[in-house]
Amino acid sequence: MPPEFSRDQIAAIAELARLELDPAEVELFARQLGEILAYAEHVQRADTTGVPPTASVVTRHATDRADEVRPSLDRGVALESAPDPALDAGFFKVPRVIG
Amino acid sequence: MTSRSETTVRSVRDQIRSRARSASDVCRDALARIQALDPQLHAFNTVVAARALARAGEIDRSFDRWRDRPLVGVPVALKDNMCTRGVRTTASSRMLEHYVPPYDATVVERLEAAGAVIVGKTNCDEFSMGSSNENSAFGPVHNPWALDRIPGGTSGGSAATVAARLTPLALGSDTGGSIRQPASLCGVVGLKPTYGRVSRYGLIAFASSLDQIGPIARTVDDAALALGVLAGADPRDATSAPEPVPDYTAALTGDVRGARIGVPRALLEQGVDADVSRAIMAALDTLAARGATLVDVLLPHADYAIPVYYLVATAEASSNLARYDGVRYGFRAAPGTRPSQDAPASAGQAQHPAPGTAPSTPRSALGTMYAQTRARGFGPEVKRRIMLGTYVLSAGYYDAYYLKAQQVRTLILRDYEEAFGGANAVDAIAMPTSPTPAFKIGERVDDPLQMYLADVFTVSANLTGLPAVSVPCGFTGGGLPIGLQLTGRRFDEAGLLRLADAYQRETEWWKPAPPIVKG
Repeated sequence: MPPEFSRDQIAAIAELARLELDPAEVELFARQLGEILAYAEHVQRADTTGVPPTASVVTRHATDRADEVRPSLDRGVALESAPDPALDAGFFKVPRVIG
Repeated sequence: MTSRSETTVRSVRDQIRSRARSASDVCRDALARIQALDPQLHAFNTVVAARALARAGEIDRSFDRWRDRPLVGVPVALKDNMCTRGVRTTASSRMLEHYVPPYDATVVERLEAAGAVIVGKTNCDEFSMGSSNENSAFGPVHNPWALDRIPGGTSGGSAATVAARLTPLALGSDTGGSIRQPASLCGVVGLKPTYGRVSRYGLIAFASSLDQIGPIARTVDDAALALGVLAGADPRDATSAPEPVPDYTAALTGDVRGARIGVPRALLEQGVDADVSRAIMAALDTLAARGATLVDVLLPHADYAIPVYYLVATAEASSNLARYDGVRYGFRAAPGTRPSQDAPASAGQAQHPAPGTAPSTPRSALGTMYAQTRARGFGPEVKRRIMLGTYVLSAGYYDAYYLKAQQVRTLILRDYEEAFGGANAVDAIAMPTSPTPAFKIGERVDDPLQMYLADVFTVSANLTGLPAVSVPCGFTGGGLPIGLQLTGRRFDEAGLLRLADAYQRETEWWKPAPPIVKG
């Protein structure tokens, strides 16, 4: 792992994360992510041969809930929070996707 | 008469229950204290005075209905990452600055059913990412003990509120220490329950396998009282636990004879402030004098806790925060409003794309909206963590970082299982909550890695899911609070709180009010 990321690498990660970074942020993150990952490299020293991963520490799940129809959020109420709702039509509007 | 600044949850509740004071009177006093002190503390993002007074009035009017509820009339502050129907909930982010949730978090429903009166939403680090509260988009909280210092993070507003006697109870959430560390640095009690003990429904997610809601109060007794209200299974959170909820306050007998407390001595010799170290050792002596047995424990993988935490938590965060896309709620950037929009942003334009590079298609108007919304809606630490998390989850790096971190998480978990369940089993493990007292605002903002190390003693309880509590155990020479952290067995909050309460009965560290209260 390089101690510092290249600007291209940072731009590629930002694209995956859907984040538009300004040039100063690209410079900053190239340095800082490198430093943080260099520290995180410590984990490589642990012997994990045959050790299963832990994704969750839930030991016992609540019993499955009954499959009953219950009231949910009203469509109009849900749409009210949207930046650009189509209240009458009942959907969220986004910028044009298809030419 | 009890001085108003000496109030606890229990004393306020009992005064109201006996009609020595009305809920409205108590509520007005809390609002007046907030108005007087919050300009200096900046602990609140939103104060809901009219809503609180209406609620307190309703309790007074139908008093017979409310009298026996466990938190009748108790003013409570909520960290601003718990959804409140009709009340702005921001996570201290520009992204949600004007977000008004259409539903209540389960903890909000439970508090209100118990008679509590919610007075406002407290400032925190943006999306609960930080260790100092300096990552709030609305400016930092100030420590009531020293206004030029941080209150800890991320539930800094909640801890400062209780420390400054604005409300006797506040809720925080804890992903890597965010209840316990600010409680420690502000001189109050903070409890992170077992993962699954309290429903996360309506909690704005940061890292879902680590997040847990819990109480911040002045006494362990108050924390126990609050936990009894908050705990229990919730059909809306599939990770909430079906374990029965005992009467936590009944467990507080003051008797710790025979309890075995594990002390990871090797861990305590590294980078701990001298005053903190002295206070912890003195606290252990106090517990031993009451009949507890101190036992050396080894936590061989403790040094991996911070790197594992920052790999797991950022990975989960990058996934959780993908939902902030400017479509369904929250902030949306208007087209072309970012000054740096001419910056090279598309990986497709890069000459030497790194592994994991996105397809080199030009961005659509929709893609541009997503990227600009997230660029302007998120602050620097949130972006940093999303970037790190995206990287560790990306093709080619997943096994080396994320999977490896999850495997080491298993080793950390086994360390604790051995300590709590092995041949030489202990009932709790003692450590400092924070290796240092509160540092100065601005001191670490340019060094994220240094900031992350503040969480060295707290992240393991999140990685393992175990309950842990911070209790005031002293002051530095400079008058800053120090906290003792006790970690307990899974779902044994009762046993954990019994130890913490016994310690508190024997000591007075929790009693003094910060200078700002007297002034």
